[in-house]
Amino acid sequence: MSARSADLIDAGARASLWLQPHRLVLIAIGLALVVCAAVFMRWDWLPDYYDLALQGIWRTIWILAVTCVLGFMLAVPIGFVQVTGPRWLSLPAYWFCTVIRGTPLLLQLWFLYYGLGSLFPQFPWIRESFLWPYLRQAWPYAILSLTLSYAAYEGEVMRGAFAGVARGQLETARAFGMSRWKVFRRIWLPQAIYRALPTLAGETVLQLKATPLVATITVVDIYAVASRVRQSTFIVYEPLLLLAVIYLCITGILVLAFRKLEARIPNRLG
Amino acid sequence: MRGSGAQNPKRGSAEHDGDRHIEALIHLAQASAFDLLALSPPGWGGNLLRGLMNSVLIAVGAFSIGILIGIGGAFGKLYGGPVTRDLLELYTTLVRAIPELVLILLLYFAGTDLINRLLEALGYQRIDINGLVAGICVLGIVQGAYSTEVIRGAILAIPQGQIEAARAYGMSPGLMLRRITLPAMLPFAIPGLANLWLIATKDTALLAIVGFNELTQETRTAASTTKAYFTFFLAAGALYLLLTLFSNVIIARVERWARRGMYMETH
Amino acid sequence: MLKTFKIAAAAAIIAASGVAMASAEPLKVGFSPEAYPPFYEADASGNWTGWEVEIVNAICAEAKYECELVPIPWDGLIPALTTKKIDAIMNSMSITAERQKSIDFTDKYYNTPTAVIGPKGETFDASPESLKGKIIGVQVSTVHADYVKKHFTEAAEVKEYQTQDEANQDLAAGRIDATQADSIALDAFLQSDQGKACCDLKGYVAEDLEILGPGVGAGVRKEDTATKDRLNAAIKAIRDNGKYDEITKKYFTFDIYGG
Repeated sequence: MSARSADLIDAGARASLWLQPHRLVLIAIGLALVVCAAVFMRWDWLPDYYDLALQGIWRTIWILAVTCVLGFMLAVPIGFVQVTGPRWLSLPAYWFCTVIRGTPLLLQLWFLYYGLGSLFPQFPWIRESFLWPYLRQAWPYAILSLTLSYAAYEGEVMRGAFAGVARGQLETARAFGMSRWKVFRRIWLPQAIYRALPTLAGETVLQLKATPLVATITVVDIYAVASRVRQSTFIVYEPLLLLAVIYLCITGILVLAFRKLEARIPNRLG
Repeated sequence: MRGSGAQNPKRGSAEHDGDRHIEALIHLAQASAFDLLALSPPGWGGNLLRGLMNSVLIAVGAFSIGILIGIGGAFGKLYGGPVTRDLLELYTTLVRAIPELVLILLLYFAGTDLINRLLEALGYQRIDINGLVAGICVLGIVQGAYSTEVIRGAILAIPQGQIEAARAYGMSPGLMLRRITLPAMLPFAIPGLANLWLIATKDTALLAIVGFNELTQETRTAASTTKAYFTFFLAAGALYLLLTLFSNVIIARVERWARRGMYMETH
Repeated sequence: MLKTFKIAAAAAIIAASGVAMASAEPLKVGFSPEAYPPFYEADASGNWTGWEVEIVNAICAEAKYECELVPIPWDGLIPALTTKKIDAIMNSMSITAERQKSIDFTDKYYNTPTAVIGPKGETFDASPESLKGKIIGVQVSTVHADYVKKHFTEAAEVKEYQTQDEANQDLAAGRIDATQADSIALDAFLQSDQGKACCDLKGYVAEDLEILGPGVGAGVRKEDTATKDRLNAAIKAIRDNGKYDEITKKYFTFDIYGG
């Protein structure tokens, strides 16, 4: 109980420290700008696009979540084989990271979608295959290229994280008679993930910032919805401003969520 | 393929027709891949290289502006007044949270428009901001936010004694910046700045969305005219990769140069 | 280095006729840097060619403008015009009531029917019933996008592409079942190796003047009546003096000005 009240007092003190006079003025200016934007700019298009915008936001978040999870699952082996794997595994993993990190995502996306797409007419059997219903659509390419991108960047982080786990710990674990797999599962992987965790938040925000690129291959995410508003109403700034605010909110939520996660995990690791 | 068709008389004529089309297409794709990439017209290689030059030009410009903003921003954040610090915090937070694509569209259209409206309101002539300058400025502003953080971190990493010693010698702030702070922070800043340079080279591709003729846009034009999407995107990827690998070599050298003498200092 | 090259023709003609260069006012003409044959097409040396480029040249020469072609993506053209990045749009943009809310147009300089194409071997036409359940690709922010959304409401999906070429590309790849666009632009695609291999004409869509508009004109700012009048006079002049027909004959076997 007393700890909680101390927390409250602490929070109160921090709040008053944060709310210095000049900040109040800045906030007032900011609010004035928002009111100006609300009053003087055109927002009459909002009701027409409300449903579409919600769908777009949902699709953006869905793409972000799927590609981050899949990308991280790929990043673990990619990082690991570069640290201890045999050459025939570590070399491809190294080049995978280099190529993906060395070329723009936009180009990768267009290469996968239009480049591969241009080969389809040459191979008619593709259209008869069971994969065709998926290959026809745009989202598998979006998911694939964003996943590969995340895997390459996070794979590089995981490589450093695996390499950074103290050798002595692994040797001790082996000395205790743990099998290689058990050492990996109990010692190496958890410690590496713990080391990589602080970069996860940043990488995920970067991933969010990469999602609007999928709009260029006809996936209708929130960015595509904003483009559609711009294109059909010829209003230039308002949709973009709202879009910026939406991304700002999603980023804020992500950062807070990761902070919560990071605050919890060290306790568990003890 | 023609042989197999002849050996199998049961195949329908429609299938035959398809075969010939495919054969023609494959032939087209293979025979012309090198012709398409030839450096002089009718090859498109020259266009791709011109695009690459533009990309490098924008990246260099944006990176330089970014560093200038970064140095100013870092000093503002470290030594500026409370308002400066808060505004800089707002700037770095906003830029790092909003997708580059959205920022580019906003700044590209709104930025130039606002500048011109301001100039007109003040009674000056409209100025014509061309795509290159706008692209460099927009990416420079984005880069600036990241370099602010990198340089701020690097300045904080300088052993405090060095700065205190400089103060004790009675150095003016300008001299101290030139002689002590900037050279001393360089080794700490270079890994972060190198990373930013690599990001800058790749972010130039986003200017394709606003129609600027850098490598990605040139590739798209070439691909859509010749229909050789696969070939051109592969070629452009190779060019970007070469640029990155070449940059990595240079970065390694610069890093060695910036760290010269560091070893002795620690002893 | 930038491809915002100047059109030399205007200057050359003026110089040849002995009029001082200074009289040629600059005019920035926006166009979308995408392959849209036979109207706009890039060549390997980085120049833009095609019927519309030549028409722009001719109009500018006639109106004594020194024109500069400024590449702007299709969906950014109207914002670029209203924010004065460019002074006119000559990019096969149809005159429509919706666009006229934001910008003004000169008289039309060509008008052609709208067509639907699809893969070979499939039989359907450009009617709403026959396009039911199909995936239709269109270029964003075009009259065709509006038309498809209004008339082909029972289509399975309407996919919007940044450029018509990308829609054609996906039609060849089999990702969409049909695409609707200007009949001449589609015909140019059908004449290409890729187009010949994959697709053919399915039919022309029913007229809807409200959406498809009376034809293609040059977009200008609403308050900029001076430019509009000057361009109108030039369009009429090249129609009358045979320049228009001369250029058109190089590309088409018929007059694309329309009735």
